Amino acid sequence: MTRALALLLLAAALAAPQEHSYTQADIEHGARLYQSSCAGCHGPNGDMVPGIELHRGQFRRATNDTEIMRIIQSGIPGTTMPPSSFSDAQAGAIVAYLRTAAPASGPGREGVSVARGDAAKGKSLYDGKGQCGSCHRVNGEGPRLAPDLSDVGTVRPASELRQKLVDPDALVRPGNRFVDAVTKSGAKISGRLLNHDTFTVQLLDSNERLVSLSKSDLKEFTFVKSSPMPSYRDKLSAGELDDVVAYLVSLKGFRP
Amino acid sequence: MTLGRRVARGFGGVARGSGPAILALLATVAAQAQQVTFDRILHADREPQNWLTYSGSLFSHRHSLLTQITPSNVKNLELQWVFQTRGPAEPVEKFEATPLVVDGVMYTVLAPNHVVALDAATGRMFWMYSPRLSPLARVCCGRINRGLAILGDTLFMGTIDGHLIAIDAKVGRPVWDVALSKPELGYSLTVAPLVIKDKVLVGPAGGEYGIRGFIAAFDAKTGKEVWRFNTVPGPGEVGHETWPPNSDAWEHGGGSIWVTGSYDPDLNLVYFGTGNPGPDWNADPRPGDNLYTDSVVALNADTGQLKWHYQFTPHDEFDYDSTQVPVLADIQWQGRPRKVMLWANRNGFWYALDRASGEFLRGKPFVRVNWAEGIDDKGMPKRVLNATPEGTLVYPNNQGATNWYSPSYSPRTGFFYIPTWMDTSSTYTKGPAEYKAGNQYTGRFPTMPVPPLRTGPGNVNTRTPQEGWGAIQAFDAKSGELRWQFKMSDVTDSGVLSTASDLVFAGGREGYFFALDARTGELLWKGNIGGQVSAGPMSYAVNGRQHVAIAAGSALFVYALRQ
Repeated sequence: MTRALALLLLAAALAAPQEHSYTQADIEHGARLYQSSCAGCHGPNGDMVPGIELHRGQFRRATNDTEIMRIIQSGIPGTTMPPSSFSDAQAGAIVAYLRTAAPASGPGREGVSVARGDAAKGKSLYDGKGQCGSCHRVNGEGPRLAPDLSDVGTVRPASELRQKLVDPDALVRPGNRFVDAVTKSGAKISGRLLNHDTFTVQLLDSNERLVSLSKSDLKEFTFVKSSPMPSYRDKLSAGELDDVVAYLVSLKGFRP
Repeated sequence: MTLGRRVARGFGGVARGSGPAILALLATVAAQAQQVTFDRILHADREPQNWLTYSGSLFSHRHSLLTQITPSNVKNLELQWVFQTRGPAEPVEKFEATPLVVDGVMYTVLAPNHVVALDAATGRMFWMYSPRLSPLARVCCGRINRGLAILGDTLFMGTIDGHLIAIDAKVGRPVWDVALSKPELGYSLTVAPLVIKDKVLVGPAGGEYGIRGFIAAFDAKTGKEVWRFNTVPGPGEVGHETWPPNSDAWEHGGGSIWVTGSYDPDLNLVYFGTGNPGPDWNADPRPGDNLYTDSVVALNADTGQLKWHYQFTPHDEFDYDSTQVPVLADIQWQGRPRKVMLWANRNGFWYALDRASGEFLRGKPFVRVNWAEGIDDKGMPKRVLNATPEGTLVYPNNQGATNWYSPSYSPRTGFFYIPTWMDTSSTYTKGPAEYKAGNQYTGRFPTMPVPPLRTGPGNVNTRTPQEGWGAIQAFDAKSGELRWQFKMSDVTDSGVLSTASDLVFAGGREGYFFALDARTGELLWKGNIGGQVSAGPMSYAVNGRQHVAIAAGSALFVYALRQ
């Protein structure tokens, strides 16, 4: 199978769940409607109602675009989802926006991002020159401390992945933050923050242990401002970065 | 005087340690015997074992006169009972109700509109009433309810589909049911009604759906509407000139009623805070101050006539509803006694007003504020920021410095206790807003690092302090000085309860419920109740024991001292 055919099949597979073709105008119109009518409950990134991640195509009750449109128009009786008076065109525009928006993308930003590189080459770079696997985990292989990338292609657009590779400090998401703690007895504990509240801290420490600490036992508790990830700006060529991004975009998780 | 009434008055002594067994027996009789007259509501301080209104008194202090639980013994608090609602509540169906307790019987509302009567001693249910709700109901911010009112033997509840229902408190059956408006237009009732004399006062939520708000009084016996005050004045009404001429903007101008008001019997004035103007985040369709949105209005309790108003945020673009409970306090103000109103507003300033005249007395920031440089001598904010098409970073964030969560005032300490969101910001990007009946009418939703609702499943908090944190703050009502603040890693949607034994109870999103020293803010006790606290604590006594109740997650937790 040629690479071109493989990409064609991949594209076809991605397009399969979508029954409509979306114009940029539809997407932008849908983004406006979404932000004014839906974001109040679903949140600007479509992930504020548990079990539903609109921007990732994760719906509780809908399996295709027509069903999503019907729910937008009719609501779901007995739940918090109200009916609306959106026309078919308006509901369709919202679906277009939802189907093309990646998490954290805002209205007006480009929707589907296209990875230009070669995913197979990107995997070689991930495993070899880039040494990405020395920190990250994909499909059960690799350490656990850095973000698991098994489904990063479904949750991050190519543009953000590329930016992360060259400027890791630009955006550290709340779930990927590292903290340093020093206990009153002098023990140092570092790791990825899983949760903290007024009295306690939960983290995955550098030895991959789940640790819960009492803040009253700590002398210091600080957020690590920079990302532990190195920049690949000078380590990889532009073409190599494209390849790594293409590989990352191809990672769709265990249940794509 | 009835037997029950004697019991009620005697109960204050129980808290100080006399004859609980006999009084428990009498309390059982009392529950069957006496009605809740308006005189009892007016003098709720005479029966601190009960909690007869949303805020515990018509002055809305959320202050309990019970003193059995003290700073020295609060460490011995023990969970007495938990009332689990039916199945896990949706996160947008937060448990926001404050229970009422009347002579040993607790009444509360499970989201969205299930009313229950419980034995306040054991949590066991007497009855449950679930009205059939219209599937057309549309609510901005959760299918929730903040509680009930009671008068005589009748409970009153607003519903998310815009009905006001009178319910027989003994058997849980409807007595009357009136529709205030069409639910498909976004009119919903989430407020706990306020009973004044023989009337029941409510107003609709729905400011995100282009409603036109109002406060209406209904005859408690019949459900007949007696008066109505439009929070957005129409043509010919005073204040209409603050809306654009030759425009229907006022018809969709918002001014919702989200929380219960207060009442001063000497002035015969009832006070309510009003919500944001519509559309929330694009003010282009509504040039002008947009009265009476984001205001407090003082109305004649018998007629609904406006006595005075004060607008906290004229021409709001940041959703700074004045959805706060008006706290009425009689304090020494610059050397003489004065009837004041204390108000910590969503816009980041806390105010003292003269509640007889509406005169502005003081306005000070209580969080980081950048949209205004202060409040001038006349009470007008010195505004420096507006929403822009490119986006404007504004402190405090869209949820505000505080919100609908009840503050508390202790006449003993003279402190005003505020649940606060610290150092929060939103980016407001002006987007299009077009009114279509039944659709949200807001402009573009602002972005912010702290979610407006904590939604699970997921971690409680991985944010840095720079992205926002929570606090209970105590301000001296007289001097305006900050006396202490209790810091929390996460923000809080909890109300605050103070007590006459100088305790303050509150909770937060983290799922803790805690007791602080009312004078110093020192943490004296905490319990981990798991779910987010999105309700105000309250206190009552039954069988001679003081209890403290708090809703969290989808359950109600009730504490008392270990025996």
